[in-house]
Amino acid sequence: MTVTASHPYVASLLAGSTAVPKSPAAWLDARRAAALERANALAVPTTRDEEWRFTDLTPLTKLQFQPVTAAAAVSAADIAMYAVTEAAARLVFVDGIHVPALSQRGALPAGITAELLADGLKTHGALIEPHLAQLASGESDLFTSLNTAFLQHGVFIHAAKNASLQAPIHLLFVATRKDTATYPRCLIISEAGSKCCVIEDYVALGDEPYLTNTVTEIAVAPNAALCHIKVQREGGQAFHIGNCAVTLAKDARYLAHAVTFGARLSRNNLTVIQQGEGAHAQIDGIALIGGRQLADTHTLMDHARPNGSCEQSHKTIVGGAGHAVFNGKVFVREGAQQTDSSQQSRNLLLSDKARVDTKPQLEIFADDVKCAHGATVGQLDAEHLFYLKSRGLPERQARNLLTYAFGAEIIDRIPVPSLVAQLERSVMARTEAGA
Amino acid sequence: MINSNAKTLLEVRDLTASVAGVEILKGINLTVRAGEVHAIMGPNGSGKSTFAKVLAGHPAYTVQGGAVLFEGRDLFALASDERARAGIFLGFQYPVEIPGVTNSAFLRLAYNTVQGGRGKDELDPLEFDDLVREKMKMLEMSPEFLSRSINDGFSGGEKKRNEILQMALLEPVLALLDETDSGLDIDALRVVAGGVNQLLTPDNACVLVTHYQRLLNYITPDYVHVMSAGRIIKSGNKALALELEERGYDWLLDAKKAAA
Repeated sequence: MTVTASHPYVASLLAGSTAVPKSPAAWLDARRAAALERANALAVPTTRDEEWRFTDLTPLTKLQFQPVTAAAAVSAADIAMYAVTEAAARLVFVDGIHVPALSQRGALPAGITAELLADGLKTHGALIEPHLAQLASGESDLFTSLNTAFLQHGVFIHAAKNASLQAPIHLLFVATRKDTATYPRCLIISEAGSKCCVIEDYVALGDEPYLTNTVTEIAVAPNAALCHIKVQREGGQAFHIGNCAVTLAKDARYLAHAVTFGARLSRNNLTVIQQGEGAHAQIDGIALIGGRQLADTHTLMDHARPNGSCEQSHKTIVGGAGHAVFNGKVFVREGAQQTDSSQQSRNLLLSDKARVDTKPQLEIFADDVKCAHGATVGQLDAEHLFYLKSRGLPERQARNLLTYAFGAEIIDRIPVPSLVAQLERSVMARTEAGA
Repeated sequence: MINSNAKTLLEVRDLTASVAGVEILKGINLTVRAGEVHAIMGPNGSGKSTFAKVLAGHPAYTVQGGAVLFEGRDLFALASDERARAGIFLGFQYPVEIPGVTNSAFLRLAYNTVQGGRGKDELDPLEFDDLVREKMKMLEMSPEFLSRSINDGFSGGEKKRNEILQMALLEPVLALLDETDSGLDIDALRVVAGGVNQLLTPDNACVLVTHYQRLLNYITPDYVHVMSAGRIIKSGNKALALELEERGYDWLLDAKKAAA
């Protein structure tokens, strides 16, 4: 296979994609080849593209990133601070490569599987085929296409019919090396009546530039419930591009919690398609950024069938010369009657140079629905500040506490106490440092 | 309790203050000694809540003139948080709701900050828990209010109890209670007033801002002051409050006009 990208930067990213070994499934090799073709035909988006209006990828294109062939040496102590004590299993990837020695494949209950995609293909190939690189097809998306072209070290999580696991499965992606590109991939299949919780956690041990380009595909079957937590605490010079595609069947429940703390530039795309009647989604997001960070979240909630509901709450706390972007699309298709969908975008600016661009985008083609949305951009409430100061708290401490409270409202809803504690400590540390 | 030899805690002289360019306080004079309870009454818009907020350092109000000494110090040289640590407490008419911070974390932070300001030891979470639960018993508050966010979803009465709980923890030298009785039913009023009474000592003082005489059935004032149009137009003892209850404010305002 020869690389003939139409865009020189894409060509540089694709260098090495031909070294990806053949997969255990011919259909997957075909999809990878097709994705490579697509990537070759696509260009890096610019601010002239509506979907990237506020997010300029020029800084990314000034750096060269190469895929990694072997994981760097990382000890358990290096990543101890990220331990989620409640986790039933932990899979650790260093620079995109699975490290069994750092992973804990605890005894999962019957019907719950958390393994490498390569292993999953052998045991659950027929189940995976309709979903992998199909839910997130990446028709016109460069980054999804790149991820699929490099698809190798993926994760497969499967909850069989009526299987249930309360404790979370922790996927920890650790970046250690400068100028590397990693392509994490997750496929989560929740079968009918099942229940489980997955944490995708992106961390860094250094502070040098690298690129994480991740894709997660999720299918939630009738009456199944999935809690999906994504924590992006990448290094300060990192680029993080994440795409997540979710389909919900009848009466499925999907609870998403996205936390964005890290990266110089991050983009989080979440697409949820309600394919069955009565499905419910809760989409929480919090971004806490400062310095010259940019954090962009684009979501699409597509109510394609009747009686669906969605509660979305996205918050940002922006300090320094940080820039947060939120674009929340809600589609209510013709015939999706009795949809109940709400979206809140609340943004807190901590400095004069901080910036937020928020855009709710509702497109409603059914007439008997309830859709609410609201967006606020503001500073800390003067009455709240006075209240705390009147109880003796110095100005700075009062400001920190209110900033913390603004974020804690979202973070506290994450159903994993040890992770909540870690994140709250981070919020406290960030606010004390003036974000 | 009046004791003319008691230490003067608050000395207000010719205080004038404005909000958004409009003068609200037009020359207030008031002396509060240790051990005293003062009630400030008056019709709506007379400036009595503004007076309490100005003393606590609310940022919306600008002091135009006059002086206030608190325990001999220039009060206006202190920021609002410094006033709190020095011993001034404002019980809010409308306590704000702050979702995301648990009441217990907030109460302990406030307690330890004020204790630290007085050079006293801070309490760890367990020690503090014992203290706060004891104070909550006095106010007939369920411990459940510790784990909820600050005032978040509290009823009017619960918010007022939470204010007095903060007063009980912070042990102020001078408590300014702004319409603490508003929005309380008779049982809640009894509990809240009982709490305030228990907190009064010969060494501290309390200024009650209230529209109605009702609260004064439970907390006996040593002095009653009537405010109108930004000034104290009459001062007296508890009997004045009863007279106001019977005759309203108009006779006083009319008398004032006639005098002018």
